[in-house]
Amino acid sequence: MSTVLNSKVPAGPLADKWSKHKFDLKVVNPSNKRKYDIIVVGTGLAGASAAASFGELGYNVKAFCFQDSPRRAHSIAAQGGINAAKNYQNDGDSIFRLFYDTVKGGDYRSREANVYRLAQVSVDIIDQCVAQGVPFARDYGGLLANRSFGGAQVSRTFYARGQTGQQLLLGAYSAISRQIANGKVKMYNRSEMLDVVLVDGKARGIITRNLITGEIESHSAHAVVLATGGYGNVFFLSTNAMGSNVTAAWRAHKKGAFFANPCFTQIHPTCIPVSGDHQSKLTLMSESLRNDGRVWVPKKGIKGLTAKDSVKIAEADRDYYLERRYPSFGNLVPRDVASRNAKNVCDEGRGVGATGLAVFLDFADAIKRDGRDTIEAKYGNLFDMYQQITGDNPYEMPMMIYPAVHYTMGGLWVDYNLMTTVPGLYATGECNFSDHGANRLGASALMQGLADGYFVIPYTIGDYLATLGHEKVETTHEAFVQAEKEVRDRINTLMNINGEKTVDDFHKELGKIMWEYCGMSRSEEGLKKAKGMVQELKTEFWKNVKVVGGTDELNMSLEKANRVADFLELGELMIDDAMVRAESCGGHFREESQTPEGEALRIDDKFSFVSAWEFAGDNSPENLHKEDLVFENVKLTQRSYK
Amino acid sequence: MNLTLKIWRQKNAQDKGKMESFNVSDVSPDMSFLEMLDVLNEQLTRKGIDPIHFDHDCREGICGMCSMVINGRPHGPKDLITTCQLHMRSFKEGDVISIEPWRAGAFPVIKDLVVDRTSFDRIIQAGGYVNVNTGGIPDANAIPIAKKIADEAMDAAACIGCGACVAACKNASAMLFVSAKVSQLALLPQGQVERQTRVEKMVAQMDKEGFGACTNTGACEAECPKGISLTNIARLNREFFSAKLTSDNI
Ligand SMILES: Cc1cc2nc3c(=O)[nH]c(=O)nc-3n(C[C@H](O)[C@H](O)[C@H](O)COP(=O)(O)OP(=O)(O)OC[C@H]3O[C@@H](n4cnc5c(N)ncnc54)[C@H](O)[C@@H]3O)c2cc1C
Ligand code: SF4
Ligand code: FES
Repeated sequence: MSTVLNSKVPAGPLADKWSKHKFDLKVVNPSNKRKYDIIVVGTGLAGASAAASFGELGYNVKAFCFQDSPRRAHSIAAQGGINAAKNYQNDGDSIFRLFYDTVKGGDYRSREANVYRLAQVSVDIIDQCVAQGVPFARDYGGLLANRSFGGAQVSRTFYARGQTGQQLLLGAYSAISRQIANGKVKMYNRSEMLDVVLVDGKARGIITRNLITGEIESHSAHAVVLATGGYGNVFFLSTNAMGSNVTAAWRAHKKGAFFANPCFTQIHPTCIPVSGDHQSKLTLMSESLRNDGRVWVPKKGIKGLTAKDSVKIAEADRDYYLERRYPSFGNLVPRDVASRNAKNVCDEGRGVGATGLAVFLDFADAIKRDGRDTIEAKYGNLFDMYQQITGDNPYEMPMMIYPAVHYTMGGLWVDYNLMTTVPGLYATGECNFSDHGANRLGASALMQGLADGYFVIPYTIGDYLATLGHEKVETTHEAFVQAEKEVRDRINTLMNINGEKTVDDFHKELGKIMWEYCGMSRSEEGLKKAKGMVQELKTEFWKNVKVVGGTDELNMSLEKANRVADFLELGELMIDDAMVRAESCGGHFREESQTPEGEALRIDDKFSFVSAWEFAGDNSPENLHKEDLVFENVKLTQRSYK
Repeated sequence: MNLTLKIWRQKNAQDKGKMESFNVSDVSPDMSFLEMLDVLNEQLTRKGIDPIHFDHDCREGICGMCSMVINGRPHGPKDLITTCQLHMRSFKEGDVISIEPWRAGAFPVIKDLVVDRTSFDRIIQAGGYVNVNTGGIPDANAIPIAKKIADEAMDAAACIGCGACVAACKNASAMLFVSAKVSQLALLPQGQVERQTRVEKMVAQMDKEGFGACTNTGACEAECPKGISLTNIARLNREFFSAKLTSDNI
């Protein structure tokens, strides 16, 4: 066990830890809450739910987001659904089963106590959302409908058509809007956090840039909560929204918050392939398509094979590789397995489409079996969306799909209270590392974001504030002045480089390196090479980037430059982390660690830990701390889908 | 293909703004409309010219950020999609395409194609929610809701708050947007308690923000990327008049 890291997991039986802990936590008495100010950065599911709940409790909240409204956070894009152990279907679900599935799905790289709590509060989330007016899907009897999702054996996923994230976020947005109207939450839209301010080693505020006026502002508070989402855009292309970034988390990291498991990224197997250099983001096609679609490539590679021509290929010349390799799971193998196999067949030169980086997802048999109407009823809008983007009609020819970066399990290290290694600085939602281990199950991110925001942090933050005392720190304090100066200096440096390459040039190059060497498959040799390349790119960035426009106005070129500068540093840390973890687990596949059949090989006696990286100054290697993972309630097994 | 773009440029809220012409070449039909603008912006940046500013984030038709009037139509020539879902295969060689921001007094231009839509947020803050705190909530299945009602509520809740309805309306009315939220909550049992005060407060805020009156032309419904139906406006009117008849709330 690391001497620095204390996970603060309460003692006692797993099922009692959270209720006992809640009782043990100190509370701020109701009339004192108004003396405390809390900053919440990010108003996606994790942030809006926390900000609203703090406001309801009586704290003064300042909330920030970079979009023009809290309703637009990336959470809005989640389609599939949200898990909860309600057992409404009477199919044997329970808190323990959701806990067990999540720990197993995470390939035994998450903290048992956190995951158990997540499963416990999952049931309250659904109640809360229904009370807010979230129109979840219902059965004819008027009760809530469920579907099964992401390899779970029970139906525990609640959904609102294909727009679950939207509806949950609008629920949280309505709750925060209510607190804005009450005056308990002050909302700062189009505002980007560029640094966290520490006073006496405690987080006491942030520095932001008003994205419209360019003004650099200081905001002081008693505690700071980061709910700023994931960092998948380090790969340039991902399913994340264009603005998703690591800046807030990274600046916090550089101020002392450890970064945990940065190399754990989830690559989703069913996305629309890249169509050319102009590609700006990738679109996810719902995983549910694999229930009826059959994945294949030709047995022998055919250069530039189009979907249209593929229908002429004889059955005997097709390789339904997932069905062949995994007879019991077939096309429904987990995300990481499906992704890696797609990469392998493309590496063998059997990929399809103009780029050779795609595989077919074919519905011809399903249409023959169930009829076009049935398939249309199930997937109609997905098929339309596909046709909108690619111009191909999936009723007549197969879809083309390829894996894409989708989610980041890594993030700021937090203890059981969701506090980072900086006192008074918290991280919630995708921004922390806490609950998904090396791989996240479908429909569990929404659950985690809302669990953190509605039901965990409103309790745990009080424990900290109660001991802190309510004296305020003025923004004239030298720590604020210094941090503001650093932010301004950095902006001026960026503006004055006036080089030859655009920010996107650098971002795309970084993305290519990360995807090639720190993506679906990683090796020592590749990682070494990538590290050098990223370092060079970083050096070049600071000499040769071109940022146009002014500092005192809306300047999207500057916004991007700030974000890409941080991605460049994060990229290097991800590579270091992938290097240290010489095992394969979940989304992290090390070529050196595989079974004779080429499947991922986890090595529990050496790698049952969370890696937590401590920043040690620019140009110095970061220090690695390890939090050992102890499993008392689940038995570790190797995954097998044969 | 090669295209001519006529784009609204406006340095800031104070600037008068004007249309400017740009040529883009080698546009692939597989590009999205916004990717085509990315290509133009990269060219401008290389020349040291401030790129064209536009709002966007998810680029998959759900966040409601993107907001352009393309050839006179909010979100462009195709029905039921947002600007970010439009692809260049909808255009052809030599086309001249005009691109302007949403035009409405309640949506002032911030820069180029970026407008300020916080008036929408303030309408929601006026009452577009159920007054419940976190926790202490009865079981989600305690109140059954007929599937038909839940589905109708979902139809209304699908609004992405983009503002195309306002941009499409000659009076710049926000009725379609407001009615979508009013309908969602009026349909559901959870919204009943504050049903009357909610509609009154939201309509009052809508008027205060300077949105115009609704004259039922249906332009909003025609341009709405999410197919939000005019029946919601009819429901809002019913809700509003019944609230006025029976309550003296505001
Ligand atoms: C296409 C897609 C589909 C998905 N589908 C599902 C699904 O079906 N089920 C599921 O469980 N999960 C799904 N996920 C994952 C899930 O949507 C996300 O993990 C989750 O919504 C993240 O929520 P969050 O609140 O942590 O962050 P986000 O929603 O990303 O919010 C981040 C917030 O931080 C703000 N912010 C960021 N940086 C700064 C800064 N520097 N300064 C100020 N503000 C900042 C942003 O403005 C925003 O408000 C999906 C993800 C994608 C990409
Ligand atoms: S009603 Fe339609 S057009 Fe208006 S804001 Fe909502 S989604 Fe946009
Ligand atoms: S960018 Fe999100 S809807 Fe267009």
